[in-house]
Amino acid sequence: MTTTAEMIAERTQRLLTEDNGLLFGQCVTAVGWVGGSIPPLSEGDGIVELSMADVAGASIAVGAALSGRRCIYVIRYQGFLWYNAASLVNYAAKSKFMWEIPCPIMVRSISMDGSIGPVASGSHHGMVGRMPGLAIAAPITPGEWSDVFDWWMEHDDPIYVSESRKSFTVDYELSDGSHPVPDVTLIGIGASRLNMAEVQSNLEKQGLTVNIFHQVWLKPFVASSRLLESVVASRVCLIVDSDFEDCSIAKTIAFELMHASRKQVHVLGLEERAAGFSAASDNTTPSGHKIFQKVNSLLQVKECENDGD
Amino acid sequence: MRQLNERSAHIGEYPEFSVGFSDSEILAMWTKWSHNCEFEKCAADAIRNGHIKIPAYLSLGSEHIPVALSSVIQGYNIFAQHRAHSYYLSFGGDPLALIDELFGLPTGCTGGRGGSASINNPHIKMWGHSGLMGDQVPIGVGYAIASGEPTLVVMGDASAEEDYVLSAIGYAATKLAPVIFICEDNDLSILTKIETRRSWNLSDVSASFGVPSFDISDDPRLIVRTVEKVKRSLPGLINIRCCRDVWHAGAGNDGSPEWNRREMFREALDVRRLTGEAESIGESEASKMKLLWSTRINEVFG
Repeated sequence: MTTTAEMIAERTQRLLTEDNGLLFGQCVTAVGWVGGSIPPLSEGDGIVELSMADVAGASIAVGAALSGRRCIYVIRYQGFLWYNAASLVNYAAKSKFMWEIPCPIMVRSISMDGSIGPVASGSHHGMVGRMPGLAIAAPITPGEWSDVFDWWMEHDDPIYVSESRKSFTVDYELSDGSHPVPDVTLIGIGASRLNMAEVQSNLEKQGLTVNIFHQVWLKPFVASSRLLESVVASRVCLIVDSDFEDCSIAKTIAFELMHASRKQVHVLGLEERAAGFSAASDNTTPSGHKIFQKVNSLLQVKECENDGD
Repeated sequence: MRQLNERSAHIGEYPEFSVGFSDSEILAMWTKWSHNCEFEKCAADAIRNGHIKIPAYLSLGSEHIPVALSSVIQGYNIFAQHRAHSYYLSFGGDPLALIDELFGLPTGCTGGRGGSASINNPHIKMWGHSGLMGDQVPIGVGYAIASGEPTLVVMGDASAEEDYVLSAIGYAATKLAPVIFICEDNDLSILTKIETRRSWNLSDVSASFGVPSFDISDDPRLIVRTVEKVKRSLPGLINIRCCRDVWHAGAGNDGSPEWNRREMFREALDVRRLTGEAESIGESEASKMKLLWSTRINEVFG
């Protein structure tokens, strides 16, 4: 079975060798080849090693994407987006509206999800979410990544792909829940989705029915009828993200769902603090245990409200 | 290595730089220069009269630099930023479409979205600017690397201080990107002089990256000769010391510039006994441009 990293490498190789594409990044051909997600090709094949200048590097990739060649730009740690975002959101995202010139760059931005300190650890798709013109997806499985890649190849828009290193070894697919009247609806974003099976198992041991939805597309967000029906039918609905909670895409999606369903939708993400290096001070994607606790606390609140009625 | 605050109308000149130009070449430059100059004078009037309501960045004082460039390079992609009206005009842009752009009309060269600072025109390979000062430098370098096409990247002396500009010039050297970097060095960021802002010369830094680099004054003949040298082996950089006749934005000015290149060039035309032709060209361009602007103002504003 193909892993997500292998799928990324395979699709990238075809882009470079068959479709005249380019891949830009820093140290992408170094040991490990970004977790095996970069095909072992050379600069002549289209892999362009950039200098370590983040702002210039991202802008160089944006300029390359204007030339009509499909360009992938790899940011090895999502936190480096603070440097890299300038031209991605101010040129690539605006180019089609401002100048009627497409800038189809795919930004592969990778989170480490723990153990690497205050900048490099988490996901930051929320940072670029406020700029119109940039699609955002967070695929985890090989099939999801391939679907996102297909979308990009069929459109002339830039896209931000929020990846997690933890997804690189995934060699299976994930499907949305289909219980008609669930007690709990969980909507997972990014690496949090890898913890959902554990949560579901523990909730089911309590006699609860659970629907899990895997939200690959973060922007534009379109709620499927199945998702809306599940939210409406649930006692508790929780979105779990691997980015911070405040000013986040998760809260934007919750807002949209609450308007559409007239039900409360809650959000759980990273804690509102920086991440330290030690295990005790780290700040990672909510664990299965943490999600489980959050759901139970929401259920308790719900029961208290019902008792009050 | 030049002194940082060295400001003169003759930097980089050498004895033969003005030799070898035919009268027709000189008059062709004068014609295009007059075209740009008269356009900008009319734009200044339109600002004062309230017909242009957006921030406008006039190129008066440096309107001849793209004239010189366009006489020796054609077909290049152009990545500029604000103060680029004369690049658009010199490389073949339709003046009426730029007037409409400055009036915010959908018939403008950038559909009214780009304004004065973000001119885009695929027909002359001129790419729009985002508004982040200097980002046209790495974006232009990336375009040149991916396309392999020769590319002209234009910045000001303030944009040159952006960290990503310097690293992009360095990367262009590493990858031998086919780029000519032009820095229009008018010594001013808004009104803050270079000596207050930095202790280095762009051409020195660029040369240290391995980019053939030149620091010259804005005589168009000297620019032509320098570009001829630079374009033989790209990338290359030319820092051009020039003067800004008007404010950073708008039509105001703070008195006479340090030197008046147009007057100096007119004297050179006198020496060549081209005074009559030059005056005739100047008057013709002035009347054509006034008619174009006044007609459009009447159509748009009544």
